[in-house]
Amino acid sequence: MGTNSSASQLSNISTFSNRNKSFKYIFKKKIIIHWQFYLIMLLPVAYIVIFQYIPIGGLVLAFKDFHIREGVFGSPWAGFKYFEQFFKSPIFWTLIKNTLEISLYSLIAGFPLPIFLALALNEIPGVRFKKTVQMVTYMPFFISTVVMVAMIFQILDARTGLVNIMITALGGKGINFMGEPGIFKSIYVWSGVWQCTGYNAIIYIAALSNIDPTLYEAAKVDGASRLKKIIHIDIPGISSTIVILLILSIGNIMGVGFEKVFLMQNNLNLSTSEIISTYVYKIGLIDAQYSFSTAVGLFNSVINFILIVTVNQFSKKVGETSLW
Amino acid sequence: MSNRLRRESKNDKIFLTLIYIILWINLMIIVFPLIYIISASFSSPDAVTAGKVVLWPVDPSILGYTAIFRNNQVLLGYANSAFYTFFGTLLNVTLTVMAAYPLSRKDFYGGSFIMLAFTFTMLFSGGLIPLYLLVRNLGMIDTRWSMLIPSAMSVYYVIIARTFFQGSIPGELVEATYLDGCSDFKFVMKIVLPLSAPLIAVLALFYSVGQWNTYFNALIFLKTPSLYPLQIVLRNIMIQNIFDPTMLAQTDAKRMMERQGMRTLLKYSLIVVASLPVIIIYPFVQKYFVKGIMIGSIKG
Repeated sequence: MGTNSSASQLSNISTFSNRNKSFKYIFKKKIIIHWQFYLIMLLPVAYIVIFQYIPIGGLVLAFKDFHIREGVFGSPWAGFKYFEQFFKSPIFWTLIKNTLEISLYSLIAGFPLPIFLALALNEIPGVRFKKTVQMVTYMPFFISTVVMVAMIFQILDARTGLVNIMITALGGKGINFMGEPGIFKSIYVWSGVWQCTGYNAIIYIAALSNIDPTLYEAAKVDGASRLKKIIHIDIPGISSTIVILLILSIGNIMGVGFEKVFLMQNNLNLSTSEIISTYVYKIGLIDAQYSFSTAVGLFNSVINFILIVTVNQFSKKVGETSLW
Repeated sequence: MSNRLRRESKNDKIFLTLIYIILWINLMIIVFPLIYIISASFSSPDAVTAGKVVLWPVDPSILGYTAIFRNNQVLLGYANSAFYTFFGTLLNVTLTVMAAYPLSRKDFYGGSFIMLAFTFTMLFSGGLIPLYLLVRNLGMIDTRWSMLIPSAMSVYYVIIARTFFQGSIPGELVEATYLDGCSDFKFVMKIVLPLSAPLIAVLALFYSVGQWNTYFNALIFLKTPSLYPLQIVLRNIMIQNIFDPTMLAQTDAKRMMERQGMRTLLKYSLIVVASLPVIIIYPFVQKYFVKGIMIGSIKG
């Protein structure tokens, strides 16, 4: 009995010293030996901590009554006051509706087109025409948002715009496009399709070029038509890419970008163009309601986060594709 | 057998013709607005407002361009954007490579934890106000630093660079050079960087186009007009219709109509001038963009 307990004690000591030794071992063999890597990583890690994690900590602002003099941590707690204020305010449903409508519309209009473009380009036998189409269709992507919106304004201008000049020349009545709340979303979405379809096709073109060429040879022997090859080889070959991009888009459905919507907004179309990110900017930086704005932003981030994790989990269960 | 092949290839020919037609239409939809804007910018103010320009310039003139170059704001914006793009990109690429190489090494202890912490920030962030207050507390509001430091690195490109390193620096090379007593620093400088020229080109291109085109940071952090990048100057003129009187001064425009025409022409010319840097480098760099996306697509 006595020897037994002392033996177990002994073994305890030895595992303890083993653990100690293994920690020392890790420290010596794995960390010290690569100290230079840790030194190199210092700056990027500092950047992420300061400019990503400190703002995440700053989210406590949403639960506080922020006073500039007392700072973020000195200000008194407000609980869920600002969230309640947001949920009860009349603009809440407008923002949700506009944000969701814009992104769903973009997704439905914009998601399939790059796939079609890539499939079509993949059928072209020669290199020159293919390269020309690719080069031209990528180009609009590199136009800045400000220039893009300026182009939209010029071409759709109520008096001097090309579209209205054509409409009046055909005997129609000119339309003040940017002042019509009903067509804001269409202008936003279709100009985005014009700008991004070519660029978004690149990833599918890359995926198509990775398909095993022996599959095409086999199909040729079987006498399959071009359409059959697309349906039975091309589409299955890029389906995992399609699923991943779809996950990303659905996960980002509450995250409509600020830059373009903000530029296209005016007082006439605000009822359909105000979205969460532009609202956060206006109440936060223009009206200086820091806590309220942070609460609205936090609400949006949490929804986004839940969405992308859920969608990823879902696709892991259904298929074998997932982001992580 | 040969008969069957021929019949099917006839169907395929129709199918292929259809694809050509669709691609040609697609091409024209993309190109037409671009040509229209360039043509309008080289026409006379009256021709533009009267709707005479359809495809080619009418009454060719460079009035719009001369007006732009009389304006200091546009030139200053150009210079500021060049400054932010150059130094911003330098910082972006340096930090991205510094982060990505150690993270690409399997023997970098703690790397997977750091990677997780980095990736999390792509899914969740503090948002506008906490970032704004941080930058204000750091005393960077309304300084050039605010255009460089808060956007110093993008985790997305760290992942792309890491994927590149994992695929293109062979493990045997690492072992061999370490046996020769090479340090980590030396290995990065002598082996990794020379092998990464295509990656660095891709990163520099993506980052610089992003820096040149964005206006959001300038909108929230800058107040002094002399610090404005080009995109903010453009926004004031083209979206908010704030014109500097010097731009319209020499048009002898007393009549409203002429003034209106001049403003419209100016906007078309500005669109062209603002996109010029990207248009000029585009043909040379577009294959790198494709390469960059392909590096990123190997592993999500």
